Amino acid sequence: MIEVGTAIPSHEYEINRALLKQYADASGDQNPIHQDEAFAKSVGLPDVIAHGMLTMALAGKYISDWAGGSQNVKEFSARFTKPVIVPAGKSVDLTVSATVLEVIGKSVRLEISATSQGVKVLGMAKALVEQGN
Amino acid sequence: MLNPDSVGRTFAGVDVITVTQEEINSFAAVIGEKNTSVAPPTFSIRISLREFENILTKPEIGLNWTRLVHGDQKFEIFRPIVAGDSLTTSATIENYKIAAGNEIVTVRSDLFNGSEKVVSSWSTLVVRA
Repeated sequence: MIEVGTAIPSHEYEINRALLKQYADASGDQNPIHQDEAFAKSVGLPDVIAHGMLTMALAGKYISDWAGGSQNVKEFSARFTKPVIVPAGKSVDLTVSATVLEVIGKSVRLEISATSQGVKVLGMAKALVEQGN
Repeated sequence: MLNPDSVGRTFAGVDVITVTQEEINSFAAVIGEKNTSVAPPTFSIRISLREFENILTKPEIGLNWTRLVHGDQKFEIFRPIVAGDSLTTSATIENYKIAAGNEIVTVRSDLFNGSEKVVSSWSTLVVRA
């Protein structure tokens, strides 16, 4: 039974430099701050950071899985509050969870939480999904 | 600096963008999505971000793309994008402000397949001081 306040189990995704390159190629966003450590540091970042839209794409996968498929996601919004920092040679987590905010017939509004290395990386993240399509 | 006179302007995309199955497959593979019969929910950023770059960096508009970070993002998906869609695009500069020296611009993208609206999205882009 889905009701307001229902907590949806969290899922952990792995992000590493290879995934950033793969996302850059798939999305067309080749900004060097997502691939080139020297460049990222030269513009004041601590290290290479993930594309905010990669974080959002992974959160979108989480929502799609819960909703029974991408076709059931009707609205999706988020603020990029902190970068996901991706050091060379290791994978970092993106841990996504959600809570049911509102149920209107077949439509469910979710509030999404996303953290990496314990830091909240998405703010005001919400989605509207329709179940059972 | 963005030319303030550009706020409120809408720009029609020049090209019709035909979505291929390969593009959907590549995007889906990044996030581990195995069902590629429809595009993932954020797939349209591939189209809209490039369009925003083309428009906002026009000499008469003048945004500095090299110091850009993505502030927030919203999608309204009327139906999922599928391979074979021939999308026409429209982009509107909806809002612009300067806060603590940072330029903050909100742009909206509308994607149509013929007369059918498929996706609207909003990107807030921040040019760091």
